[in-house]
Amino acid sequence: MEILMDSWPWYISGPMIALVMGMLIFVGKNFGMSSNLRTLCTICGAGRTTHFFRFDWKSQRWNLLVVLGAIIGGFIGAHLLSTTTDVAIHPEVIHELNTLGFNDAGSAYLPEKLFDTSVFGDGISLIFLIVGGFLVGFGARYAGGCTSGHAISGLSNFQLPSLIAVIGFFIGGLVMVHLLFPLLF
Amino acid sequence: MRAVVYLVIGVIFGITMYKSEAASWFRIYEMFQFKSFHMYGIIGSALIVGALLIFLIKRFKLKSIYGERIVFMPKERSFSRYMFGGILFGLGWALAGACPGPMFTLIGAGYSPILVVIASAILGTYVYGLLKDKLPH
Repeated sequence: MEILMDSWPWYISGPMIALVMGMLIFVGKNFGMSSNLRTLCTICGAGRTTHFFRFDWKSQRWNLLVVLGAIIGGFIGAHLLSTTTDVAIHPEVIHELNTLGFNDAGSAYLPEKLFDTSVFGDGISLIFLIVGGFLVGFGARYAGGCTSGHAISGLSNFQLPSLIAVIGFFIGGLVMVHLLFPLLF
Repeated sequence: MRAVVYLVIGVIFGITMYKSEAASWFRIYEMFQFKSFHMYGIIGSALIVGALLIFLIKRFKLKSIYGERIVFMPKERSFSRYMFGGILFGLGWALAGACPGPMFTLIGAGYSPILVVIASAILGTYVYGLLKDKLPH
């Protein structure tokens, strides 16, 4: 039980993700989370203005159930399978984050600066969340997939396009963390 | 019945995202600082097991549990859409610290501000749909 309650090591987590992909393949589906964002656009009526969203969203209902499950899984993971919220990141990273003003690095699951409910009254933090989310949604659809569809499903199937996308993910992430964070925080 | 299967797979996925800390903003930051093997270990071991699984499915022409043939659609060939889209995604992934799977996991974990991220990710997807024909693909 203790093993379950602690944070899971990479050699358990990685194969578990492959297992999730495998289970979806064996029920005749595929592992890709960002396509749900498109489905949600369609449900909101985006098909009325844009051709890209004109498809039968009910054909994607299975994936929305996976999303619902992921929400429930998040609840179980955080509230039933965890006793603390600390994430044991590298001490040097904690130090760097402290200098950027993230004082809860190492002891929180998400930074208070961005994910405490007080951000609803904090314009700057809200803008960061909005811009971050927008880029994730826009970029994932432009690239035709996200971490699950490209980095896991695509690379497991040796797809060159997925390798290009993952290299892109890293260029973007490195630019954000190394060049933009010092200006933003 | 099939609905329950999808839901259970999602629950396993959500627990894994939370407990692996792949849904933690701090782990994503650490990954882009190359200071820990954790995230690389997760993605790398998922890939090794995943690649082996897909190899076995192709090699032995395994069928789905409903007896249907399993087909893998090759991704459309291009460079610009994957590179440009990927870079934009990466910028957002590092800033928000969450990709489209973990985003939903974090709702269940109880972090309400993630709803802002999800709403704007949906908006970003919509804006892509509007601009799709004007972008290099």
